[in-house]
Amino acid sequence: MSNLRDILVVEDEPMVTQAVVLVCGAEGMTVTAVDSVAEALQRLQESRFRLVLCDIMMQELDGFQFLAELDRHGIQTPVIMMTGYSTVENAVKSLAAGAVDYIPKPFTADELLTVVRRSLRSSALLAASESAGLERKGSLSHVPCPDHYLRLGYVSWALMEDEGTARIGVSDLFLKAIDGISEFELAEPGEDLVQGIPCAVATSPDGSAHGIMCPMSGKVLEVNAEAQKNASLVEKDPYFEGWLYRILPADPESNLQWLSL
Amino acid sequence: MLGRNIGFKLTFGVVLTVLVAITAFAWFNIQSQSRSLLSEVERHASQLSEAVKADTESDMLRNDRERIHESIRRIGQQESIDRIRVLNKSGAIIYSSEVADIGTMVDKRAEACYGCHSVGQPLEHLDSQERTRVFQPRADSPRLLGIINPIYNSPTCWSAACHAHPEEQTVLGVLDVTIPLTDVDRNIRRSQLGAVILAVMVIGVLSLVIGLMVRWWIGRPVQELVTATRNVAGGNLAYRLTVKRNDELGALAGSFNNMTDKLAEARLQLFQSDKLASLGRLAAGVAHEINNPLTAVLTYSSYLLKRSQGKPETQKDLQVIVNETIRCREIVKNLLDFARQTVPKKRKADVNEIIGRAAKVIENQLSLGRVKLVMELDPGLPNVTVDANQIQQVFINLMVNASDAIGEDEGTIKVTSKGISVSPTGVLQIKTAVCRKRHELVDRKFEIDGKPAVTMRFHSQEQTGLIHLDPIYGSREHQLNGMPPIEEGVELQCPECSTSLMAEGETCPKCGAPIYAFEVPLKGLVQGCLKPGCGWHRWEQVDSRWNDEFVEVRVEDDGCGIPKAQIPQLFEPFATTKGPKGTGLGLAVTWGIIDNHNGTITVESEVGIGTTFIVRIPVES
Repeated sequence: MSNLRDILVVEDEPMVTQAVVLVCGAEGMTVTAVDSVAEALQRLQESRFRLVLCDIMMQELDGFQFLAELDRHGIQTPVIMMTGYSTVENAVKSLAAGAVDYIPKPFTADELLTVVRRSLRSSALLAASESAGLERKGSLSHVPCPDHYLRLGYVSWALMEDEGTARIGVSDLFLKAIDGISEFELAEPGEDLVQGIPCAVATSPDGSAHGIMCPMSGKVLEVNAEAQKNASLVEKDPYFEGWLYRILPADPESNLQWLSL
Repeated sequence: MLGRNIGFKLTFGVVLTVLVAITAFAWFNIQSQSRSLLSEVERHASQLSEAVKADTESDMLRNDRERIHESIRRIGQQESIDRIRVLNKSGAIIYSSEVADIGTMVDKRAEACYGCHSVGQPLEHLDSQERTRVFQPRADSPRLLGIINPIYNSPTCWSAACHAHPEEQTVLGVLDVTIPLTDVDRNIRRSQLGAVILAVMVIGVLSLVIGLMVRWWIGRPVQELVTATRNVAGGNLAYRLTVKRNDELGALAGSFNNMTDKLAEARLQLFQSDKLASLGRLAAGVAHEINNPLTAVLTYSSYLLKRSQGKPETQKDLQVIVNETIRCREIVKNLLDFARQTVPKKRKADVNEIIGRAAKVIENQLSLGRVKLVMELDPGLPNVTVDANQIQQVFINLMVNASDAIGEDEGTIKVTSKGISVSPTGVLQIKTAVCRKRHELVDRKFEIDGKPAVTMRFHSQEQTGLIHLDPIYGSREHQLNGMPPIEEGVELQCPECSTSLMAEGETCPKCGAPIYAFEVPLKGLVQGCLKPGCGWHRWEQVDSRWNDEFVEVRVEDDGCGIPKAQIPQLFEPFATTKGPKGTGLGLAVTWGIIDNHNGTITVESEVGIGTTFIVRIPVES
C-alpha cells in the first residue's frame, strides 16, 4: 500500500472533476480522480484514501452500486455522494446506503469544502471509535445513538413516541464533526419538514453553514425552546435534553425504510 | 354510390311495394273488366244466335235451303260477326256465311265441337257458358268468341213435309256463331296501358316526394352528422352541429355535441397530464445535464471569488457570476420540483387555514400596501382531503399572479371560499318520468327553458289544472299555474290515469309539507317539495353516486385581465404572459396539482376589468 491520500473523486464529467481538484487542491488536499466505478475500486485496493467523492449518475455502475461494491469488498473509506439530479429520495437513499454525506450539484467552493471537512472529521471520529473498540463509552470520541433511536446516516435521529408523534434531533457525531455550534437556525411550529431536506442550519465557529438533514417528514408541533435559547445544550446532550423538534409524522411508513437502528 | 344511399334504398323499397300493389290491382281490375266484357259479348252472341235460329226456323221447316243460305250469308256479312255456320249431326257444314265452308266436314274434336264431344258419348245439353268458347285460329288473327246453339228435334221437324229428320233424333245439328273479340281486346289493352301509365306516374311522383322528404329530413342532417364526425375524427373537437329540429336526428345532434364537449374536455385533461409527464422527464434530463456545467462554473467562480480578496474590482465581477449561477441553480431546482409533482400526500385539511397560510407568505410581496387583500372565507367550510403544501402552493401562485396582474396600480385581490354542490343539482335533466302505472309524465308540449317539462295534474276541492315542473333536477323554474298551496289538501295526479303522485306518508324533511314522487325508469325515485321557498328535492340513486360536494375558492383581481385568445394556453407550461418575469410554470404546476386532487380550475377574465380563477376541490376525492 502506498501513501495515504486525501480524496478520490469518482466522476465521469471532466469539468466537475477539475473543479473539485482545483478547490480541494488549493486547500492542500491530495486529490485523485477517476471516471468509473471499476477504476475507483481498483485505486481503493491499491492505495488508501481518507474520503471518496462519488457522483450518483454514471455510465455502467452508478453511485449506489459503488456503495454496494465497497461493502462487498469490505472497504471502509467514507463516501460523499454528489448528484446533478438532486432529489430528496437520492439524498435519503445515499445516507441509508452508507454514504457519510450528500451534496447536490451545483455547489460553490465553500459548500464543497464544508461537506468535505465535515466528512473527513466525522470519519476520523468514527474510525477512532472503532479502534477504541469495546472500551467504556466515556473513552469514545463521540456518543452513538441510543439503542431504539432511528438514525438517518450519521446526521440526525428520530424517536417514535407513544402518542404517534416523533421527536427528532441531531447526532453527536455530526455536532463533533462541525466542531460546535456558534449559531442555530430552527424551523417554526406549524412548518412542514421533509425527510432529506435540511430542517435546521447550524453555523460552526469557522463560519460555515451546515444543513441538518431531517430524518422524518412531518409537521412541527413543538420546537425545543431550551435548545433554541442555548445551542450548547444540544452539544452537551443531543439525544435527550437537546432534542430539536416534536413532529407529527406525515408518512412514517415510507420514511422508516431509510432509517437504521 | 346509389346503393349506399339511404334515400335510394327507401325509395326503392316503397316504389317496389307500390309497383306490386298497382300491378295486383290492375291485374284484378283488368280480369274483372275482361270478364264482364266477355259476358257482354257472350250475351250478344247468344241473342244473335237465337235470332238467327228464329229467323231461319220457318225456312228450315219448309226446308227452303236457298232462303236459309241467303239469311245466313246476310247476317254473316255484319261486321261484328265473324261467321255463322250450321252443322248437321255428322259434322258437315250445311250452311255458312263463308260459302267456301259449305259441304266441308268438321272434326268432332275441333274446337267448335269439343264442348259436347269431349266425353265419349256426346252430350245433348250444354249450359250457356259451356256453349261459348274463346279461341284464336291463327297467331296473327284476332281472338274469336264462338257460341254453339244446338238445334233440337221438335214435333214440327219430324212432322214437317220434308220428313228430313227421324223422330228419335234429339239434336238435329248445331248453329255456330263466331264473333271477333277485337273491341274487347282493344279495351283490355287500353286498360293495361292505363295501368302501366298510372304505375309509371305514381312511381315517378312517389320517388320524387320520398326522395325530397328523405333528403330534407334524413339525408341532410345525416350528411351534417357525417361531416361533424369526420371533423371530430380529424381532431377538430371545436366542431358543433346546429340543433334546430326536435326529432330523433335533432336529439342525436344534441347528444353528438354533448359527446364532443366531453371528449374535448377529456382530451384537454389527458393532453395536459401527458404533456406534464413528458415535460417532467425532459426537465429531469435537462436538469441533470445542465447541473454538471453549472457545477464547474459555480466552483471555479466561487473559488476565484475566495482568492480575489483585496481586489475589489474583480471581486465585484466574480460576485455577479456566482450570484447568477446560484440563480440558475434555483431555476433548475424549480424545474426539477415541477417535474417531481408526485402523487399528493393527502390528509384532512381546512382550506381556509391553507388560504390563510398562503396569504401570510405573500403579504410582504403585495407591492407595499398598494394591493389590498380581501378575504371572504366561509367558516362552515367542510374539511377536504388534500396535500396541504401543494394546495397552499396553488393559492400562492394564484395570489402572486393576481398581484402581478394589478401591476404598479392600486388594486384589490379578493379571495372567497365556500362549499358548493355542483352536481347533479342544476345539471341533470329528467328526460323521462312515469307514474305508478307507467304513464309518461314528461310532456313535449310544455317546455321550460327549452326542455320538455314534467307535467302533473293538481286536484283540489275547488279546482283542477296542469302544472309543469322544471326538468332540470334541483332547478325551480316550475310553472304552477295558480295551484293552491300544496298543504291545503291539493293532490298531484298523473294527467293520464289520475293515479296520485303524492309520496304517501312522507313529508318534506325541510319544511314538513307533503311531497310528490315519481319514478325515472331505471334511475329511481325523484321526490320533491313544491312549497314556495323550500325547493327540497331528492333523487337518491343519483345523489348518492354524484360527487356533489366541492369546496370552491375564487381568487379575483381587478388587474389588467387576460385576452380571450390567451386563455386556452394559460395552463400550458412555458406559456407566460409576464415576459421575462415569469417562468411560465406557475399555472401549469397549479393545474397539475388541482388535477392530482381530482379538482377543476377555471378562469374567467375580461381585459381591463379583471380575472377570476375558480378552484374546485372535491370534499371526498
